Amino acid sequence: MDKFNKFIYLDNAATTKTAPEVVNAMIPFFSENYGNASSIYRLGTESKRAIMQSREIIAKSLNGDPAEIYFTAGGTESDNWALVAAAELSEAKGGHIITSKIEHHGVLHTCEYLEKRGYDVTYVDVDEKGIINLADLKKAIRKDTILISVMFANNEIGTIQPIKEIGELAKENGILFHTDAVQAYGHLAIDVKELNIDLLSASGHKLNGPKGIGFLYIRKGVKIRSFIHGGAQERSRRAGTENVPGIVGLGVAAKLAFSQLEQRAAKVQKLRDYLIEQIEKEIPYCQLNGDREKRLPNNVNFSFRFIEGESLLIMLDMKGICASSGSACTSGSLEPSHVLLAIGLPHEIAHGSLRLTLSEDNTMEEIDETVVAVKEAVGKLRQMSPLYEDFIKN
Amino acid sequence: MYSEKVMDHFTNPRNMGELENPSGVGTVGNAKCGDIMRIYLDIDENHVIQDCKFKTFGCGAAVATSSMATELVKGKTIEEALTVTNKAVMEALDGLPPVKVHCSLLAEEAIHAALWDYAKKNNIVIEGLKEPKQDISEEEHEEKLEEEEY
Repeated sequence: MDKFNKFIYLDNAATTKTAPEVVNAMIPFFSENYGNASSIYRLGTESKRAIMQSREIIAKSLNGDPAEIYFTAGGTESDNWALVAAAELSEAKGGHIITSKIEHHGVLHTCEYLEKRGYDVTYVDVDEKGIINLADLKKAIRKDTILISVMFANNEIGTIQPIKEIGELAKENGILFHTDAVQAYGHLAIDVKELNIDLLSASGHKLNGPKGIGFLYIRKGVKIRSFIHGGAQERSRRAGTENVPGIVGLGVAAKLAFSQLEQRAAKVQKLRDYLIEQIEKEIPYCQLNGDREKRLPNNVNFSFRFIEGESLLIMLDMKGICASSGSACTSGSLEPSHVLLAIGLPHEIAHGSLRLTLSEDNTMEEIDETVVAVKEAVGKLRQMSPLYEDFIKN
Repeated sequence: MYSEKVMDHFTNPRNMGELENPSGVGTVGNAKCGDIMRIYLDIDENHVIQDCKFKTFGCGAAVATSSMATELVKGKTIEEALTVTNKAVMEALDGLPPVKVHCSLLAEEAIHAALWDYAKKNNIVIEGLKEPKQDISEEEHEEKLEEEEY
């Protein structure tokens, strides 16, 4: 792994480094306390106790109750569970779901699956900053609407949605409200009571926790069915032997994240604003995607005209910079990111996008180095670009 | 995911640039799909391609296939250049990931488009050269992809 020794990691929306405290807390649950939490002997009860502890930490972090936290294999499972099970609740009432055009595929593809099963789904538009149009959302509500699912913050452009307003709207109309908070949990303060959230998805590895673990918050009284059938784990709602090391790791990660939420956010936001400022200063023909204010503290997303994102990523990788793009070439299809198209970017601008997502481990020096590398790569690619040639000549 | 040759041609593209008074220029692809290639040819009176340059908007594979295509046609006669197919470009690059096969098709099409422009300017007919499609449609990408995969 020598060649990876020195790199600048700017893809924290994809995944984060597992915190050493998290790893250390997990190790005993592989090597010593490996008991099944359902077992009666002390080795088992140790696992059970650890799960309870994590559940309490997480419940507290959201202002919820431990009995409202259900551990899953991650954000995508939580999204699938919330949507499919909530939809099935609706049988008496009909079946209409409202979501947005910029959801994660964990929500969008589950909605498409439900459409095939006869449910109606309305995909509400967002404005050019990526914020859901509340008037459109209100208009979309029908008598048979059972569920509104809108993400807390977007994974690509970082836009934070008006969750409180959506929660109120859902409550007034007696509709369940689910939010995919995978990018927000551990990064923003979330109070499920204040925000009227009925269902919330989160994932461990986005907040320096382990991969393969997440949870679904289910408000007490929301009687959605079990998604994984089998044993009586998770109050008979999510079967399967608990991923005890993962749950322990998630608990420690949540504790770390929430004990210093504001300090972390302030530090990362300072880096973010400096990075945005420097790119805008140094590189012509670029635009910041997403909202400047209502934005995750660690998210930077730019489109650079006349160039394509995958080429840019390869060039940055050669300088040891890990980043991401919404170009078609990085998605494995011919279409660029649905999020960038939903905020109204033309295809060629969407293809030239670059997402840099920071962590508190990043330094000002790394940001400076990154701006130099991006500037050089964009310049090089523009020299190669027939679009740039035409632009300069005309 | 890319071969060493693809990476080499992406990082050190051969014949990148423009020609001042080209005998023929061809631009294919569209920004919607994320690939545009432009090929410039300088062809002498003996129908030999003396010089060839490219400009490309696109992914790593698009740049590498353009670069390789220019290398393969440079110094060749028009007739020889017509035999440079997308498969030849791919082979010369030690292969491409399946989703990137369309880049090699685009490179072949760009050469043809430049030759077509040359023929039109000089009022000649190049045997075996069909009017190039400006834009290789998505269906065609998929069709060719399937061919490669099965």
